[in-house]
Amino acid sequence: MTVANPAAPVVIVGAAMGGLRAAESLRRSGYTGAIRVVGEELHAPYNRPPLSKEVLATDVTHEAVAFPSRAEMGDVEWMLGVRATAVDLDARTLTTDDGEVQPWRALVIATGLRARRLDFAPIAGRHVVRSLDDAMALRAELTEGARVVVVGSGFLGCELSATARKLGCEVTIVTPSAEPMMRPLGELVAKEMRRRLTNEGVDIFSGVTVAAINGETTVESVELSDGTVVPADVLIESVGSECNTEWLESTDLDLSDGVLADNAMRAVTTSGVARDDVYVVGDIARFPNPMFDDVARRIEHWNIPTDTGKRAGAVLAAHLADDGSFADVVAKPFAPVPSFWSNQFEIKLQAYGLLGLVSDDDIRVLEGDLSDQAAVGYYRDDRLVGVLGIGMKAALLPYRKQIAEGGA
Amino acid sequence: MIKIEVDMNQCQHYGQCVFEAPDNFKLNDDDKLEYVAEAPDSERDNIEAAVDVCPMQAIRIVE
Ligand SMILES: Cc1cc2nc3c(=O)[nH]c(=O)nc-3n(C[C@H](O)[C@H](O)[C@H](O)COP(=O)(O)OP(=O)(O)OC[C@H]3O[C@@H](n4cnc5c(N)ncnc54)[C@H](O)[C@@H]3O)c2cc1C
Repeated sequence: MTVANPAAPVVIVGAAMGGLRAAESLRRSGYTGAIRVVGEELHAPYNRPPLSKEVLATDVTHEAVAFPSRAEMGDVEWMLGVRATAVDLDARTLTTDDGEVQPWRALVIATGLRARRLDFAPIAGRHVVRSLDDAMALRAELTEGARVVVVGSGFLGCELSATARKLGCEVTIVTPSAEPMMRPLGELVAKEMRRRLTNEGVDIFSGVTVAAINGETTVESVELSDGTVVPADVLIESVGSECNTEWLESTDLDLSDGVLADNAMRAVTTSGVARDDVYVVGDIARFPNPMFDDVARRIEHWNIPTDTGKRAGAVLAAHLADDGSFADVVAKPFAPVPSFWSNQFEIKLQAYGLLGLVSDDDIRVLEGDLSDQAAVGYYRDDRLVGVLGIGMKAALLPYRKQIAEGGA
Repeated sequence: MIKIEVDMNQCQHYGQCVFEAPDNFKLNDDDKLEYVAEAPDSERDNIEAAVDVCPMQAIRIVE
């Protein structure tokens, strides 16, 4: 390994929430050297959740979702519209699709996820929603009376269904699951969610997949695995995501699901070595959280890019400062409480912890009534590891504390 | 002194700010956000953290 060139910048790849938070944290932690952020999207970092909810329901603009820019970020260099294609960890260089090879002093991996697509021939009318551009393209087609088929019934698929319905579309969800949001929420809650979505006029075909997409020049109907044909003007594919790790494939980093990191957000190689000069943040990071156990997991929740970005920035700044503080900063406890929310019609869900760790038998209503407002507890080995609020908010706070303190 | 503004048209009362800056933000018994619009400079880190974690990005520090 060559000695890091102190004149080279810290290069952050991925100009979204995770990359932004890492850059801010480097500055706040005292690093004054050069920072360059390389991002494939042309837009400065923006907030994605409104793209399936409030903003999609009104006017989709960058202004409506852009993150505010802080004064301390004034001298950060943004290379937008540029995609990283390869990296050399020994030479400490990054290659981008404009043909440039640039040196870095330290690297932050923040390239997140992209939407998975169904495996059918391209045709007009097929959509996914991950980026602002995706949401703009979809918004233009969500006209009153449009027949919308949403494939997939995770949070995103259900939110997009609710928003399309509010805009006056006819909405059908097609899902291989038995119930909507079954995997993240468990059967008890998912059954109630089906009742509520159906009440709002969303049709749900469950236990089926898409067998064919029919249409001459644009989508006209969708044929399901049970032979049902559902007429469609718009097809929204909300069938999960894939990690943007291709540019890292020539390295020895552990890419078995996203990019493996240790609890200091340092990238870990396939031989188990954590690198002090390479960090991972956001949706793409698979890291251990001692709040639950020592298993490294990816967590696709909105608070994670911020929490991991702050952590990576602080650790990296200490490494670069080389002032003897590094070991202490690395040893600081880092156990962010995962949290997410979801709005669908009047249904307001909010959760803390990892609901997905739990089997169906260990989910119980803690307060309230499922058909109205409720707090639902998710237990693993009799320990509270997650709590879901349906309509409830302040009532969740003591449970959040319990989860953060180890669930006893 | 730091001056804080919350766009109450945007705020959905998620209460994430409450964890970061409990001296300035709280959820009342009706699950509605209540906040104190001024904070001492020593609270800056906490207020900035509250700005960061707001799902609706409804909190602003007025400089
Ligand atoms: C529509 C939508 C709604 C959501 N709603 C919620 C919600 O209600 N609650 C919740 O908790 N979470 C929600 N999420 C999840 C949340 O937004 C994500 O967790 C968050 O966006 C992850 O941020 P990130 O910075 O890690 O990655 P991303 O936001 O995926 O950003 C990665 C960036 O890297 C860029 N990039 C990728 N490859 C390269 C490359 N090779 N070179 C250069 N740049 C590259 C991409 O273009 C992108 O800009 C939602 C997500 C979406 C898409």
